[in-house]
Amino acid sequence: MSEELVDIRLTVNDVVHALRVPARRLLSDALRHDLGLTGTHVGCEHGVCGACTVLVDGRPMRSCLMFAVSAVDTEITTVEGLAEDDGSPEGRLGPVQQAFVECHGLQCGFCTPGFLTTITAGLKHNPEPTEDEAREMIAGNLCRCTGYANIVRSVLRAAEIASERP
Amino acid sequence: MKPAPFAYVRPQGLQHALEALAADPGAKVLAGGQSLVPLLSMRLAAPSTLVDINALPDLDGIRVDDTGIHVGALARHADVLASADVRRVQPLVTLALSHVAHATIRNRGTTVGSIVHADAAAEMPMVLALLGGSVTVASTSGTRTIPASGLFAGPLESTLRHDEIALEAFFPGLGAGEGVGFEEVARRHGDYALVGAGAVVRVEGEAVVAAEVGFLSASDVPVVVDVTDPLGGVVSTSSTDRAGELALQHLDPAEDLHATAAYRRQLVRVLTTRVLGAAYDDALGRARGEA
Repeated sequence: MSEELVDIRLTVNDVVHALRVPARRLLSDALRHDLGLTGTHVGCEHGVCGACTVLVDGRPMRSCLMFAVSAVDTEITTVEGLAEDDGSPEGRLGPVQQAFVECHGLQCGFCTPGFLTTITAGLKHNPEPTEDEAREMIAGNLCRCTGYANIVRSVLRAAEIASERP
Repeated sequence: MKPAPFAYVRPQGLQHALEALAADPGAKVLAGGQSLVPLLSMRLAAPSTLVDINALPDLDGIRVDDTGIHVGALARHADVLASADVRRVQPLVTLALSHVAHATIRNRGTTVGSIVHADAAAEMPMVLALLGGSVTVASTSGTRTIPASGLFAGPLESTLRHDEIALEAFFPGLGAGEGVGFEEVARRHGDYALVGAGAVVRVEGEAVVAAEVGFLSASDVPVVVDVTDPLGGVVSTSSTDRAGELALQHLDPAEDLHATAAYRRQLVRVLTTRVLGAAYDDALGRARGEA
């Protein structure tokens, strides 16, 4: 017996995609396999590592702990959607991305997409975090390179960049 | 690490959801999914149907009244945690929620779902038990209200029937003279607690007239112990030690990779002292109008 497929529409980075998936398709796999948005990384696949974190209606959520069929009626933002429009064709890096570049916030880079989405939402909620609050903001994400010190610096630098941009 | 195939329904109305659940004895309800989806991905569970209730209307409410807090089945932990009304009416709920997983998980996970998942290592089942709350559930044959004392049957096992959906949890509000405390010990903030404890203490003047302590991760269900007698009206080092020893008679801490049973027993003693002290101070502070 072949598996039943469900027709859904997903809004990802302001683009509406129509796709046909089995109900058990994780949102993380739908983004990567069906939509080719491989910026979202998959580490542990049970909600611990945070690499797959995307924004659902602006709030960080684990895409490996959601089914694509359950993400209809939401607006999803992945790491590919974090660049800002500055009039150029490619846009420019968002404040958090720019801060990671400046502060050496990544080593191997595997965990980075989850940190970028988490921090982007975190700074909207708390635009001027203390160092302790920056640590708390990223407490649900793992970096196996253990580069946390520079990630905390990146959070604080991103807050500065965001406040300088109009 | 992929779930086994299942049939999927996403009802737009409660009646349809209840009928879909009743139609398949192997069906499970999907709300936030933050506990369920890992179980599916690890194939520890393989329901034949998932009834996704996320599109049901009017279930995401958080309502407070004179008696307490009513939390709808689709209210996310993050929204309950952020509610000023909840903090005012029953601060223990807010205290405990700040320990539930990480913020990202709280954005999706639901408080009611966490309760009926009935994990003895989770915060909210214990808080419901300690406060003497209840859960209202519905099936095609009607609704009923299950008191917390009759809700937790065993590890990850509630007394809900397979055809029932939990619609709402009720947490009684803080009573006159009462104060609360909550603390847990975990390897890292947001991880499962090695042991956690909450306390509700009622004072008249400076005397303790009632005190209960609830424990998580110290038995295979949430356990609440009345420690009014061993306290003998006061919160002191010796009286809370007696409370901890009484609590241990009702608990059965297990050994696992993260902690020995003996260490968990020691945590029960330490946390009993801490939460009773915190709840007592909270009660006195509220009596003075500080909180």
